[in-house]
Amino acid sequence: ALTAMAATRLFLSASPVKSSLTGLTGGTRSSLGLTLLKRSPDRTAEPKAQRRHAAHFTYHPDPAPAQYGPTQKMNLFQAVTSALDNTLAGDPTAVIFGEDVAFGGVFRCTVGLRDKYGKDRVFNTPLCEQGIVGFGIGAAVAGATAIAEIQFADYIYPAFDQIVNEAAKYRYRSGNLFDCGKLTIRSPWGCVGHGSIYHSQSPEAFFAHCPGIKIVVPRGPVQAKGLLLSCIADQNPCIFFEPKILYRAAVEQVPTEAYQIPLSQAEVLQEGSDLTLVAWGTQVHVLREVAAMAQEKLGVSCELIDLQTILPWDTETVCKSVVKTGRLLVSHEAPVTGGFAAEISSTVQEECFLNLEAPISRVCGYDTPFPHIFEPFYIPDKWKCFEAVKRMINY
Amino acid sequence: SRKMTVGARVVVSARTYADFTPQASFDIKKCDVHKLEEGPPLQAVLTREEGLQYYRTMQTIRRMELKADQLYKQKIIRGFCHLYDGQEACAVGIEAGINLSDHLITAYRAHGYTLTRGGTVREIMAELTGRRGGIAKGKGGSMHMYTKHFYGGNGIVGAQVPLGAGVALACKYLGKNELCVCLYGDGAANQGQIFETYNMASLWKLPCIFICENNKYGMGTSVERAAASTDYYKRGDFIPGLRVDGMDVLCVREATKLAAEHCRSGKGPILMELQTYRYHGHSMSDPGISYRTRDEIQEVRSKSDPISMLKDRMLSNNMASVEELKEIDVEVRKEIEDAAQFATTDPEPPLDDLCNHIFYNDPPMEVRGTNPWTKLKSIS
Repeated sequence: ALTAMAATRLFLSASPVKSSLTGLTGGTRSSLGLTLLKRSPDRTAEPKAQRRHAAHFTYHPDPAPAQYGPTQKMNLFQAVTSALDNTLAGDPTAVIFGEDVAFGGVFRCTVGLRDKYGKDRVFNTPLCEQGIVGFGIGAAVAGATAIAEIQFADYIYPAFDQIVNEAAKYRYRSGNLFDCGKLTIRSPWGCVGHGSIYHSQSPEAFFAHCPGIKIVVPRGPVQAKGLLLSCIADQNPCIFFEPKILYRAAVEQVPTEAYQIPLSQAEVLQEGSDLTLVAWGTQVHVLREVAAMAQEKLGVSCELIDLQTILPWDTETVCKSVVKTGRLLVSHEAPVTGGFAAEISSTVQEECFLNLEAPISRVCGYDTPFPHIFEPFYIPDKWKCFEAVKRMINY
Repeated sequence: SRKMTVGARVVVSARTYADFTPQASFDIKKCDVHKLEEGPPLQAVLTREEGLQYYRTMQTIRRMELKADQLYKQKIIRGFCHLYDGQEACAVGIEAGINLSDHLITAYRAHGYTLTRGGTVREIMAELTGRRGGIAKGKGGSMHMYTKHFYGGNGIVGAQVPLGAGVALACKYLGKNELCVCLYGDGAANQGQIFETYNMASLWKLPCIFICENNKYGMGTSVERAAASTDYYKRGDFIPGLRVDGMDVLCVREATKLAAEHCRSGKGPILMELQTYRYHGHSMSDPGISYRTRDEIQEVRSKSDPISMLKDRMLSNNMASVEELKEIDVEVRKEIEDAAQFATTDPEPPLDDLCNHIFYNDPPMEVRGTNPWTKLKSIS
């Protein structure tokens, strides 16, 4: 597995954020950050002048949840740290391990935890993904709440055998005598602007094909903390993919106490009557803009759903929505062939065939490896999604 | 060497070339051995031509990496960039011990090897900036550079080692007396697939030289914190091993020659650990000072810099003059500037290339994309 230290330094701010668990987020934007702000991309500019500095979406924070107690401003990686902090505090068997987690992790998700809870509970592993997950399965079977980190989702493949053949099938093959339900695997996921082939992948579709594990992707800090705590509590092995582009970009008021957001429940973010939009992770924010554009330019009312749990996914919410609107658009960064949109599309046409006004649209990445220089053309940005919306409306 | 004028001043050597010592013998450090009768000789002979060539190549690598650093900070190079300065003696020494017809594969810190294996600075820099003149047509970037008999340039740590063994098998099978040099780092040495490869290579007596470039840090983790045994040259267990001073180009060369001889005589694989050091951090995102002190870096720079070591040796044995080496420096700088200029002005690859080279297609195939009605064509 390739390791790239502090990849976030590249993304937005070069100044290390003093991330104490009670401190604020932010920190000063370095001069690098200022340069980014000055050069805002102009879509009508010539290709020569185009610079890929700004993200392909705007982040809109969710309102602070009222029912979970006092909240604090946190970005995504701090929300993850907070969740892990709550877990280590409440569960004496919880351990966190992975490459470079001891100093805080390359994305700062585990900052301060080793100092607070000790080096026997937060420790580094050598460079061996297969070993990390295998080890995690063993620890979970023996009764520890094992939280393994795979440094980038792109490196999860050496561990694929362990996840699919061991973790997913443990309970089944032992007739419920043993299980590794206490295992949670966390991994940074998704495109980031210049991650290229091995720092941008979204491998959820590979794992969706495997019964026995759960896959979860949050869209923001509030969701991330709640869903991660649910994954840890869930009595099945879970893979939790964290959209790396949102680690610093997404800032919300997040409850400091532990709380859980139920798994396998999709969330309807915006109600609408004409078209259903489904996505997860970063793409939810892209589709939010698409929904706004559709309303403004076409007078089309879109219903936006964040799937949240990929496996097992909430077929009911999506199908109910499609029955109402008659049109479905699913979008993800991963390549279109065999991507998870295919599964959603197939199930929906089975359940809601007669309700469909237009063929189901999948706006996804091209069937190529994730490119470096071609990334802006590769990703399913809001313009491509909007085009798909137009075609569906006019079908 | 290329024609050049340095401003209005023309450099003139004070001595004629006949004054220089044509060759000299140098003491090199003894190598620790594992399951080997004896290591390489304790003395190496260096001719003047060889010395100048090693100097030029190492200096080219050094300046190229520093230029890449500069371009990266200007955001002309983006993505990931892992620099090789400090480790030049490894690439140059290894190449001096093998032939261009032999094969080599390494991990992502590959710019040096791309050069020694036949790439040009222009192609390398254009690949870093992602332009069509790049050695991989701009589609690979820093980590994915390839030339004839050089299989990259690999991003996933440790994944290149089984590949190298496969190449070695092909060498053995085709009977052309070629071998494969298979490099990896101290971090990768803990990957399971490395040990699988040791077993296969040894079982089938493949002509494979495994080389562990131990630069003491796997990204930010020092070797003591990552490995139960830091004697990387012994970790092949049943494979004979050598521990080599990787900052001395002559030591690396002699060890590589010994290893090549071992492989070509059909004895099977051999493992070399090169003890070396990188001045930059792991990549351009890593300042390189949070897990080691500036003093440590400075100390290595002043005491063991590979280029300085070679330069001192040559000068103190009257094998070259200060002016001559300066001339080489100037030429190298010019070459790098030209290459950087090319790399910044060359156009990016055409958008059609997005879908090319996924499969081998005959006839062209369609590639599905973001929308059902936008299909792109893959024509190669």
